[in-house]
Amino acid sequence: MASTPAHSLTIALAGNPNAGKTTLFNALTGLKQKVANYPGVTVERKTGRWQLNGHAADLIDLPGLYSLDATSLDEQIARNVITGEQKGVKRPDVVVAVVDATNLERNLYVVTQLFDFKVPVVVALTMIDVFEKHDHEINVEKLSQMLKTPVVAINAKSGRGIKELANEVRKAAEQGESKAPAFDDADETAGPHAKIFARYSFIAKAVQESTKHNDTQKLRISSKIDKVLTHKFFGLVILVAVLLIVFQAIFSWATVPMDLLEQGFGGLSALVKENMPPGILTDLISDGIIAGVGGVVVFLPQILLLFLFISLLEDTGYMARAAFLMDKLMSKVGLHGKAFLPLVSSFACAIPGIMATRTIENKRDRFATIMVAPFMSCSARLPVYTLMIAAFFAGQTIFGFISVAAVLMLAMYTLGIAVAVIVAFILKRTVLKAPPPPFLMELPEYRLPNLRTVLQNMLTRAWLFLKRAGTVILAISILLWALMYFPRDLSPAQPSTVPTVESSQADAGGEPTEDVAKESEQLKQSFAGRLGHTIEPVIQPLGFDWKIGVALIASFAAREVLVSTLSIIYNVGKDADAESTTLVSAIRDAKRDDGRAVWTPLTALTLMVFFVLAMQCMSTLAVVRRETNSWLWPLFMFGYMTAIAYGAAFLTYQGGRMLGFE
Amino acid sequence: MTEPKTLNHLPIGASGRVVAVNGESRITRRILEMGIIPGVLVQLVKSAPFNDPIEVSVRGYRLAIRRSEAAAIEVAI
Repeated sequence: MASTPAHSLTIALAGNPNAGKTTLFNALTGLKQKVANYPGVTVERKTGRWQLNGHAADLIDLPGLYSLDATSLDEQIARNVITGEQKGVKRPDVVVAVVDATNLERNLYVVTQLFDFKVPVVVALTMIDVFEKHDHEINVEKLSQMLKTPVVAINAKSGRGIKELANEVRKAAEQGESKAPAFDDADETAGPHAKIFARYSFIAKAVQESTKHNDTQKLRISSKIDKVLTHKFFGLVILVAVLLIVFQAIFSWATVPMDLLEQGFGGLSALVKENMPPGILTDLISDGIIAGVGGVVVFLPQILLLFLFISLLEDTGYMARAAFLMDKLMSKVGLHGKAFLPLVSSFACAIPGIMATRTIENKRDRFATIMVAPFMSCSARLPVYTLMIAAFFAGQTIFGFISVAAVLMLAMYTLGIAVAVIVAFILKRTVLKAPPPPFLMELPEYRLPNLRTVLQNMLTRAWLFLKRAGTVILAISILLWALMYFPRDLSPAQPSTVPTVESSQADAGGEPTEDVAKESEQLKQSFAGRLGHTIEPVIQPLGFDWKIGVALIASFAAREVLVSTLSIIYNVGKDADAESTTLVSAIRDAKRDDGRAVWTPLTALTLMVFFVLAMQCMSTLAVVRRETNSWLWPLFMFGYMTAIAYGAAFLTYQGGRMLGFE
Repeated sequence: MTEPKTLNHLPIGASGRVVAVNGESRITRRILEMGIIPGVLVQLVKSAPFNDPIEVSVRGYRLAIRRSEAAAIEVAI
């Protein structure tokens, strides 16, 4: 064995998507991985340490690539890393090219491109057991000879070849030069694509000399599975079933741990209140910080579950089939087939949905999907719809048998989808305009999922959410808490601006306890309460008064907060839920200054329309910021969604009035 | 050999040899890089439920490609 290298080695892992790169990376680095973005872009940078037979090396996982031509951002970054031009990344001493033995020719294409960079390359041949099972034979030595490059057959799961790979990588690093043929002098005058042809004819020869196909007629298992899974009819049925399961998981199963987390944080908050002296600090800790942390952590069950499914679907190869089935439909609005699953997931919650858009390679396609995902009616909107329906439309029917509540619910979901379709259509023709990216998508062989890869991906996503989005969410939670908490002075600072304080207590009808009344009073006096007054002229054309304004401001923390804020402001105590009869009657009885009712069925409908379309979710904005690596996109999202929501609510209210509704 | 036609007009299940990949765009280049170059054998395996995209077998792997993109690929049956 050679003496210790003077410097720690840097090794890059390159290869096609689906070649087994992630599995190898996980096997080599173990749990010690770092995931970050390359500065200024959304391309992910995955690094870890590889114990190379006793010597630690830095391992960089390059994005999965079919080519290094630098036509996409991923390719550009990979190129820069290999040439050492990428800031903050050391030029790799060796590139390990992961090559799928069952798909040799196309996988070797990117390897021949690596040769051009004159960097030492070691080929790690994966899936060799599958290849041999199909009665094919491969002569690894011969292939190595033909490529003039070391080739090692590996199996990341069993550990086969890993030691040998480490040896070859160290040897290659010591030699420091590659004997492999370069294609950079191919005659481009013979046509613009001469180099591509030259590479493929070199590959074809190398493959022909080193492999033997004994039974090419044998029908692949994947083809058999695809007879059902991409069948024109059954394929769609199965896709719907798969989506139902995913949907059920994030919509229903996730609520069990979510409720537990909420109760846990509620209990913790109460514990702090009981055991600390009353004062601002106690309130900050219990209502600001603990509630804020709880508001972040509560998303974890949904994120973990969705990424469990997404990792499974990706790893088995089904995701590409789902995109294949849905592409025609999605392309009608200018989106990629792969946008389908993230959008459907957004019906449960836009946060995991937006995180799931990572599977869409093209940036413009991905951003367009992110920008419309929050229009899908998420579970946080349900309490709002439920409250409004309970207060004004409960028990009503059309033609005696169709429930108005059901029709309204359906209408809200449809409205969200319709607006998303229109917005996606417009975005792809304006802000995100570009020549259509190639759809060309590999349908990889079906494979049993690698449990470790699946779990690691799931945990990485959850951790990234906590680290990046969590901090922003916590900061905004505390800000919103402060807006509703300060100023503490209970003597009305500007008595003239809050003339409805007394009448509003009468509105509620019941006899509020002192605590509840105090809480309500405090909210009205707070900055949030004053902001409600400030925005009243703006929301008046929607039929909203300043109290609804306060609730709108508070619901920026999360949409469902509308219910508890209305409860506080109408003196029924913050613990009332969406079906609380006291809250429902308080809403029905609320009066304006001139004695007219604040709420009518039309106001309720307007509020629902507003909630379908408005961007009232700081957590979503924080995730968009993380996923787009810029504040511009979340701000744009907030701006245009609020504008659309306002416009639609305005049309609903004013239109309704013109039609004679109150 | 019969007259060349484009890949998107191939009947389901039919195979052909690529004669040319037309165009100078990024998409053309990407099609070539994925291994669909003149001389290679391609088979149209099936089309998706709404008749688009199509699944193509080439060099021992499967590729989904939109019909509009496949129109650039000339094949001889």
